[in-house]
Amino acid sequence: MSAKEIKNLEDIFEAKIARDEKIEPKDWMPEKYRKTHIRQISQHAHSEIVGMLPEGNWITRAPSLRRKVALLAKVQDEAGHGLYLYSACETLGISREELYEQLHSGKAKYSSIFNYPTLTWADIGAIGWLVDGAAIINQVPLCNTSFGPYARAMVRVCKEESFHQRQGYEIMMTLCNGTQEQKDMAQDALNRWWWPSLMMFGPTDDESTHTEQSMKWKLKRKTNDELRQQFIDQTVPQADILGLKVPDEDLKYNNETGHYDFGEIDWSEFWQVVKGHGKCNKERIKARKEAWHNGEWVREAAMAYADKQDKRTTKQTG
Amino acid sequence: MNNQNLTHYLYGLADNALILGQRLSELCGHGPTLETDIALTNIALDLLGQTRSYYQYIANLSHENLSEDDVAFLRKEHEYRNVLLVEQPNADFAYVITRQYFFDVFHFLMLEKLQNSKDLNLKAIAQKSIKEVSYHKRFSGDWLKRLGDGTELSQEKVQNAVNDLWVFTNELFETSKADQTVLKELQIESPETFKSDYYKIISSTLEEAKLNVPEVTYFQEGGKQGIHSEHMGYILADMQYMQRTYPDMKW
Repeated sequence: MSAKEIKNLEDIFEAKIARDEKIEPKDWMPEKYRKTHIRQISQHAHSEIVGMLPEGNWITRAPSLRRKVALLAKVQDEAGHGLYLYSACETLGISREELYEQLHSGKAKYSSIFNYPTLTWADIGAIGWLVDGAAIINQVPLCNTSFGPYARAMVRVCKEESFHQRQGYEIMMTLCNGTQEQKDMAQDALNRWWWPSLMMFGPTDDESTHTEQSMKWKLKRKTNDELRQQFIDQTVPQADILGLKVPDEDLKYNNETGHYDFGEIDWSEFWQVVKGHGKCNKERIKARKEAWHNGEWVREAAMAYADKQDKRTTKQTG
Repeated sequence: MNNQNLTHYLYGLADNALILGQRLSELCGHGPTLETDIALTNIALDLLGQTRSYYQYIANLSHENLSEDDVAFLRKEHEYRNVLLVEQPNADFAYVITRQYFFDVFHFLMLEKLQNSKDLNLKAIAQKSIKEVSYHKRFSGDWLKRLGDGTELSQEKVQNAVNDLWVFTNELFETSKADQTVLKELQIESPETFKSDYYKIISSTLEEAKLNVPEVTYFQEGGKQGIHSEHMGYILADMQYMQRTYPDMKW
């Protein structure tokens, strides 16, 4: 293809995005667009799958049957999100095996929040409330992103996430209306999950490398700092209703800006976890690898059986 | 109807669903593929849903203002009436599937009978559950065939699972004196009446899956009488952890 032809295709592509039309898998797209989308969608899919582990840690110990069923269903929803997102990613010309390989080798990232341990039942409430709450703020704009399969997957993901968030908040509410021991458990969970939740929006805008291009492709509509502020403004009053204290001495409502001012985020902790030195990085990847390796003979058996069935059918009809 | 006998009988039904649901929920997030992970979790959810229906019924029968959670979490090990089969560990996917299929076929046949029970609560639970269980049976049966007629390795693994778990099948049909009284009063056919059908169905699936029907001279039992395997204590330690550590709280 000549440079002129490519330029022409690029112009058509850019114009489509500018008109808010969707890019579909069979449409022409610049290689960089494809790669960026594989990176972002797979990172999102991996986060869903790795994210099953910290919450899965409490399924067998959930304190009531109702909570057990709700948690099981929630973790299953995350598997479902992983499934649509991997499928969306596969339309860009990469296989699920390759995607898993990237996760297992450490080449692909997933959300660092899942490298923190779930130590008490209140962590299940805090994850729903804070982590899913932050995820929704990150994800709602993606329902209008330019790549069709991703945008459509996100519509469903966001609906379910918002249900999960309410469920998490309801767990916190129950604890905060309970005994002193339960309130302490809730406060302890908030203390541990607050700062990592703020870090979920990524580095500050001047440190973020992908923002500008992502804005253009509608992979992003607001900056990391704007989203983080939105989360804080929305969440602090919820903590007040629970009667819990947000663990930030500098947190204060600013009448002039109409936003909460907040303290300095410990970015050294953020980078430490991103680089693999969080409490659970090793365990999470180990669990994923084990599931994949232990399942290898099962997947091979299913393929072998399907081949045999095909041959049998061909024999009968042929 | 004597409530004590009925409660005893209901525990026999409900505890199987609870313990198998608990076992399957250990696997959530660790399945061989995302699709099987989701499917096994679905089965766990169905079983736990059925458990809740039975326990709510038991709680209503009691005069002590019990809740479904008291019934689920606050009994001692010997008070659980589940069969040994459902406590067996998730040793590998072959064990999970075989345990499931051995249970599902029984569960389906039992619910068929329960649907005609004179007890309207039981009838309603059975009518709802049988739709779910017919799916469970199809899932586990299909996988049994895939593993049996898949690769040499999968055949070896699943044959081992069949051999090891076969000894637990007979207990599914065991009924206590109290069970028998309930079955008679509610006009539910005893499991004995479909035992030969059960083994016929299982044997025919095993044959189709290119697996051998094990020949054993003895069967293991005890769960239904409250004498469990060593696994059971650990299952309960996990399951009851919160209720035991933080008694009398709302969650």
